[in-house]
Amino acid sequence: MALLEVRDLTVSFHRRGEPVFTAVDGVSFEVEPGQTVGLVGESGCGKSVTSLAIMGLLPKRGAKVSGSVTFEGTELLRLSDRDMRDRRGRDLGMVFQDPLSSLNPVISIGLQVTEVLERHRGMPRKQAMAEATDLLNKVGIPDPTRRLSEYPHQLSGGMRQRALIAMALACRPRLLIADEPTTALDVTIQAQILALLKELVRDTGTALIMITHDLGVVAGLCDQVNVLYGGRIVERAQRHELFVEPRHPYTHGLLASIPRLDAARGQKLVPIPGSVADNIPWDHACAFAPRCANALDVCRGQTPAEEWHEGRLLRCHNPVEPAADAAAKEDLRV
Amino acid sequence: MTGTKKQRIDALAESTVDKPEDSGVSLAASAWRRLRRNPAFLVGAVITVLFVAVALISPWLAPHDPAARDLADQVVKARNEIPPAQPGHPLGGDPQGRDFLSRLLVGSQQTLMVGVFATLIGLAGGLVLGTLAGALGGWVDSVVMRAVDVMLSVPSLLLAVSISALFARPSQFTVIIAVAIVQIPIFARLLRGSMLAQRGSDHVLAARSLGVRPGAIVFRHMLPNSLGPVIVQATLVLATSIIDAAALSFLGLGNPDDSVPEWGQMLGGSQQVIDSHPALSFWPAGCIIVVALGFTLIGESLRDALDPKNRR
Amino acid sequence: MLRYVVRRLLQLVVVILVLSLLLFAWLRSLPGGPVSALLGERATEESRRALTAQLGLDQPIFVQYFRFLGRALSGDFGNSTGVAPGSTAMEVFSQRFPATIELSVLAIIIAVLLGIPLGYLAARRRGGWFDNLSVIGSLIGVAVPVFFLAFLLKYLFAVQLGWLPSAGRQTSGIDATRVTGFFVLDGIMTQEWDAALDALLHLILPAMALATIPFAVIFRITRAAVLDVLDEDYVRTAESKGLTTPVVRRRHVLRNAMLPVVTTIGLQTGALLAGAVLTERVFGYPGVGEALAIGFERRDYPVLQLLIIIAAMVYVLVNLLVDVSYALIDPRIRTR
Repeated sequence: MALLEVRDLTVSFHRRGEPVFTAVDGVSFEVEPGQTVGLVGESGCGKSVTSLAIMGLLPKRGAKVSGSVTFEGTELLRLSDRDMRDRRGRDLGMVFQDPLSSLNPVISIGLQVTEVLERHRGMPRKQAMAEATDLLNKVGIPDPTRRLSEYPHQLSGGMRQRALIAMALACRPRLLIADEPTTALDVTIQAQILALLKELVRDTGTALIMITHDLGVVAGLCDQVNVLYGGRIVERAQRHELFVEPRHPYTHGLLASIPRLDAARGQKLVPIPGSVADNIPWDHACAFAPRCANALDVCRGQTPAEEWHEGRLLRCHNPVEPAADAAAKEDLRV
Repeated sequence: MTGTKKQRIDALAESTVDKPEDSGVSLAASAWRRLRRNPAFLVGAVITVLFVAVALISPWLAPHDPAARDLADQVVKARNEIPPAQPGHPLGGDPQGRDFLSRLLVGSQQTLMVGVFATLIGLAGGLVLGTLAGALGGWVDSVVMRAVDVMLSVPSLLLAVSISALFARPSQFTVIIAVAIVQIPIFARLLRGSMLAQRGSDHVLAARSLGVRPGAIVFRHMLPNSLGPVIVQATLVLATSIIDAAALSFLGLGNPDDSVPEWGQMLGGSQQVIDSHPALSFWPAGCIIVVALGFTLIGESLRDALDPKNRR
Repeated sequence: MLRYVVRRLLQLVVVILVLSLLLFAWLRSLPGGPVSALLGERATEESRRALTAQLGLDQPIFVQYFRFLGRALSGDFGNSTGVAPGSTAMEVFSQRFPATIELSVLAIIIAVLLGIPLGYLAARRRGGWFDNLSVIGSLIGVAVPVFFLAFLLKYLFAVQLGWLPSAGRQTSGIDATRVTGFFVLDGIMTQEWDAALDALLHLILPAMALATIPFAVIFRITRAAVLDVLDEDYVRTAESKGLTTPVVRRRHVLRNAMLPVVTTIGLQTGALLAGAVLTERVFGYPGVGEALAIGFERRDYPVLQLLIIIAAMVYVLVNLLVDVSYALIDPRIRTR
């Protein structure tokens, strides 16, 4: 049985005086124990909303969630607020994008780590402090005893993100959700944090949902990748297949627009034209059609369905032919 | 001395820098869009329009001459008798036997004058000081800001009272000056903060890199952007200056010549007889409260509309 | 931290020095000049000349300023001419100061105990009827002239209903022993409960009037701060840890929201004296504020001079206290 099963998850926002906005539109995917799954897409594609919906962290007023999210057989969407609280931080942990704003500026790192331990593992303060020292050690924070008494502003960006990871992993959750955990960090620090996550996931057997707009992050970490566009999954494949043979024009475009040092001289970067703002609704069309190089008439008149193509999920009327990408195959070995 | 007064001013000043992101909607347009939907703004606007309209046409609206002692024969000083409501005089008379309704209506004119002039003078002073400090920086900035700090260290009413004590004979003019000077440091700090926040901002750097003259940068690029917070503060000052003017009258530092009525003066002057004739206090007080509330509602909803956090 | 406090105290000295200079200039610019300002209009020519010499007004202006400063430092601000003729300005101040402190403390307690919980509740129920109603109430609270509100309270609860005394600090004829000058405290210390209760009853109405504006401001700042904090990422982090609601609220929401509120409380406390001028005048409450009001009416400049500089000192000192307590709550300032 899968650890996490998301079925037909739909999230829409109802704000007074504004049209209803559907951020996530019938998303389904699974996460096996210990597996690392990527959710990839541009900002606004619904990946963060998906993660907040799984965690039960969407605002109660204004956000409407439907579908189903089962974790180890329990339906999370139907849990009471209290029961969900018991699970958050214990069974499911989360790491956020901006480590500075995600840490409480006026209480010590120590208290912010130990409060989880006290809450879910019932540890007395003293024992929790010892455990917190261990945790900081494990996430690679030097001199952990001193750091525990310090405040977020005294730590570097990388250290803050390590501290947040320590908090999320404090109760050894079976699932960790990382929402753009490296976006706010320097490039060199990004690599360190990714390496740390990879190592922790391997050592603890925690499953990981990696949310990112950066295919480079996915390449180094994920077993399986879901590409989202306009609130729907447009392509799902194992990492290797996705990188070697991107079939959806959007995935293809994402890969083609990554600058590469080893690209042949004269080979041009191919950006995806337009922006998310050009989105059209999914009803009676493909939302990506206005930006798509492969778009046919059918793309503008009919919603493409999710279909399985040779072991991968695809939502496209006119996918990129594998052969067309033969040249890219060679140097995209990751 | 940090403190909310200052923090509030500074936060308001900061709001000049944040531009709406790539939405292409101008600051004013997006602020106006949110204002129109805000019931608080609408109520404030209705009150203000009514108030200004009454002030403009009150000479024709008033049934009697507000200075004429039509009912003087009904005033008995010794027995504390004041003309009651009667046909032709729906609110009765004041302790001098003048028609109270007419005084109330015409009083709106002077009240509006006090608010507008106190605000304009405070704004003008603050504009000069704040622009100098913010644009020139260096020692000018230090000197101006220390002076502003000292002025802010005296509670504002006390400062207004001390200033009006400097005049041998109080008048409407001294009331306006006293109330206005108190506002100068607030406007100065606001404009200076707005200037400083913009000095490092991209649009000013861009103008500088294009070789635009410093004077032109200040007047064409920086001042227009400070407009939003200045308007917010000015609307709030319209309210406080009317209330402060009433307090000065109450403390005996108001205009002693009451031939031309003003609400603050009417309220301050009628306190001696409040126990026997509360209506003489309630009417001008009610007018002041409603008008001050109107300005405050506009100011607060403008502040909300300009707040980048609320922009969507 | 210590360096910070010392630096701020030095700033305080500078502000007070500048203020004394302004006050010196103020006294010299008053109608009729300082001699008639200090002696009053009816003084004889002889006493005028004596005071001119005594004040050294024939000396160069900077010598005059330093002599003024020296006298001020030794607490000599001259004799009261209008508020309490026959007493020195310093005596007027020291007799009336406890009364104003007692009043201000009660007012700020009322404002804080109502403003913070109501502001928090309004923020939690944002957009609901309670929120809308209390926001409108707080806007009206700021729009009402304080002295009129004081009259309203007096008229309603003292004159019409007769529930509470309308003036003074204590019913005359009550047997009360004076110890500290704080009447409520005196009554408790000497166990004269009737005297303590009587003094407290006299405090209620003026304290309510005085508390209105600080209450409205504290309410609105609390509400705005809680709304801001509820949107913060770290509150979401706290929720993602599955912390219980009381822990999230106390440790993560309220603690951060209190930062601007603490500043506001301090500022409002410092500004209470201005409100006290009006409230004490209405209730005939014998405090510093009433002395200021009477002082301005009767042009008692020695008393005004002293009270204004004290008002500024209190204001600046309270601000210093606020900044220090701010630093105690906010580690970002403390450990800088």
